[in-house]
Amino acid sequence: MNTSARHPVGVQPAEERIHNFDEVSQGYDHATMLEEADRCLHCAAAPCRKGCPVGVNIPAFIARLKEDDLDGAVREISLDTLLPAICGRVCPQEKQCEALCVRKAKLGGSVAIGALERYVGDYALAHPKAPQKAAKRGKKVAVVGSGPSGLTCAADCAAAGFDVTVFEAFHKPGGVLVYGIPEFRLPKDKVVAKEIAKLEALGVTFRLNTVIGKTLTIDDLLDEFDAIFIGTGAGLPKFMGVPGENLNGVGSANEFLTRVNLMQAYREDAITPVYCGKKVAVIGAGNVAMDAARTARRMGADVTIVYRRGREEMPARGEEIEHAEEEGIVFELLTNPVEVLGEGGRVTALKCVRMALGEPDASGRRSPVPIEGSEFEMDVDQVIVALGTSPNPLIRKSTDKIEFSRRGTIVVDEETMRTSNDKIYAGGDAVTGAATVILAMGAGRKAAAAIKAKLG
Amino acid sequence: MNKLIKIDDVAPRVKQYVVAAPDVARHCFPGQFVIVRVDDEGERVPFTICDYDRHAGTITLLVQDVGYSTHKMGTLKEGDSLHDVVGPLGNATDLSSYDNVVLVGGGIGCAVIYPQAKLRNAQGKPCTTIIGARTEELLFAVDEFRRESKELLIATDDGSVGVKGFVTTVLQQLIDRGDKIDCVFVVGPMIMMRNVCELTRPYGIRTIVSMNSIMVDGTGMCGGCRVTVGGETKYACVDGPEFDGHLIDFAEAMNRSGFYREHEQACRLRGEKL
Repeated sequence: MNTSARHPVGVQPAEERIHNFDEVSQGYDHATMLEEADRCLHCAAAPCRKGCPVGVNIPAFIARLKEDDLDGAVREISLDTLLPAICGRVCPQEKQCEALCVRKAKLGGSVAIGALERYVGDYALAHPKAPQKAAKRGKKVAVVGSGPSGLTCAADCAAAGFDVTVFEAFHKPGGVLVYGIPEFRLPKDKVVAKEIAKLEALGVTFRLNTVIGKTLTIDDLLDEFDAIFIGTGAGLPKFMGVPGENLNGVGSANEFLTRVNLMQAYREDAITPVYCGKKVAVIGAGNVAMDAARTARRMGADVTIVYRRGREEMPARGEEIEHAEEEGIVFELLTNPVEVLGEGGRVTALKCVRMALGEPDASGRRSPVPIEGSEFEMDVDQVIVALGTSPNPLIRKSTDKIEFSRRGTIVVDEETMRTSNDKIYAGGDAVTGAATVILAMGAGRKAAAAIKAKLG
Repeated sequence: MNKLIKIDDVAPRVKQYVVAAPDVARHCFPGQFVIVRVDDEGERVPFTICDYDRHAGTITLLVQDVGYSTHKMGTLKEGDSLHDVVGPLGNATDLSSYDNVVLVGGGIGCAVIYPQAKLRNAQGKPCTTIIGARTEELLFAVDEFRRESKELLIATDDGSVGVKGFVTTVLQQLIDRGDKIDCVFVVGPMIMMRNVCELTRPYGIRTIVSMNSIMVDGTGMCGGCRVTVGGETKYACVDGPEFDGHLIDFAEAMNRSGFYREHEQACRLRGEKL
């Protein structure tokens, strides 16, 4: 048996990377990839597959890697996922596939499934195959939103021979992959743009600057298309609801990241302005909070993450938390903001209270309770709120054709992703509320299969 | 890409653009706006749809040269294109429940009240319109407003035309002469909207304002446009842009609107060198 320990992935040193937006993780080189692939025991139970939300056949693609059969690995992984280069970078592997790997506890650590997936994904992007176009079926599919679920549904529908049009509200396709996740975690030209180009090569049409519910309605789409997939994500930011929240210098992580990522406001010659303070507090501890904190760090700020629960409860990917710590981001855990203080209309401080963990709540996480008399002030000149997002109401407000839950999410049949209207399907965060790229990808794929079955 | 069909100078530093945008023209209503990117490097800038022609597939934008992007837009010629136009965004203005409406426009805010004047006139319920500017040459669309209004009243700071004073001076005169006013719809600089709201408040006249807030996406995603209305946070882009003016926290809104001014000035200097 291969007894070696898990091979670490090369990263840009923290002291260098806080001055640039280049990708932090550099992935495996060919030799290390082979050595890491060799660590997979091909155990009969393959618990890793059960940990994957879409059940990627992990042992199968790793078997091909062991034989250095990269094209074979691409073929295997493509049966289950469209976006390995992206999911290999952004999936919370330590909570999914790698959490269940039999090597985890005693055999040198879990196989680095995410890093191997990324290797396969990057190989596939670097060696594009001429798309295999199925015979045209003479049916048209509309995909609303060009994030992970929409791209996947579009790709599968196009590969099946449908005429696919993707509608995107922004001036650039990619959804959260472009406006949300920063360049240093998911390179836009190297990865996202290539995934989009693959779709274009498959014959998918992108209609940008088109807000469904405004520029065109669901009724317009029903007139023109045989099936519609809605993957509009969860883009509406939540705020804290504390006094002082509308002072200048307080904003959503969405706004900060969109200005920096989509509008490239980090560039000195950028036209779009972004405000970045010297002392920044980021509220929340999910991936978006880490992204905002590390972006502010790269723009020269001292950054503190303020989170009301403890370390164990932080929802962000383990690697992002580690990278944030290495980059000098301070964590004020068990701390909750109660007021934003300001002078002359600008934020000058954040008033917080210390928290203690009480009994587990509905989500199973221990709920924090304020410690009386523990209030303190933190000097800050910017507060970025990253407390999660909810689905965008634009489609809900403009159609009575489909059913929505009280939370504002679209109600679907979980097997087919079909909504209450039999021509309309939906998936991703618009259905689940804020979740992961891989779940959205899986939903897009399920919907495409159902559309294929229905339109024949 | 959206072609510029016609460009007219309507006042110093103010141009009127007729833009090809068939889907927007087909779905828009008075009060809604679009977000424009002038070129591929450009920022996303919101502009009110001042007029539209569903048949021709065009919308009309009135643009004041105030920053980098609007300055760059000013260098374009008929036949050139805007890189991106997205919309119609925001909610349509609905004044249908009011019989006697006074429209008040200041500066570029006239672009927002014009389509309302036109709509009301077409519905057989023309409005009294008050427009204001510092001086006569800064006024625009005077003939169009006169045509679409029951009565057009003008205020200039220097008295070069109309009443010497502000739009509030004229509005006070209307109230004093006993005009029946069910609703005032006012759009212009923040300070003007606030002053009109303060004027109408003691009379209990319903007053609606249109907030031109800082925003990025215009679809509710950034939260940059948030404004406090009656103690609640609202988004100008998806909840507005119109709100009950008597409930707006103007001090906060004015503070927020100035947030990027320093940066805008730096950009403006760069723009001058184009």
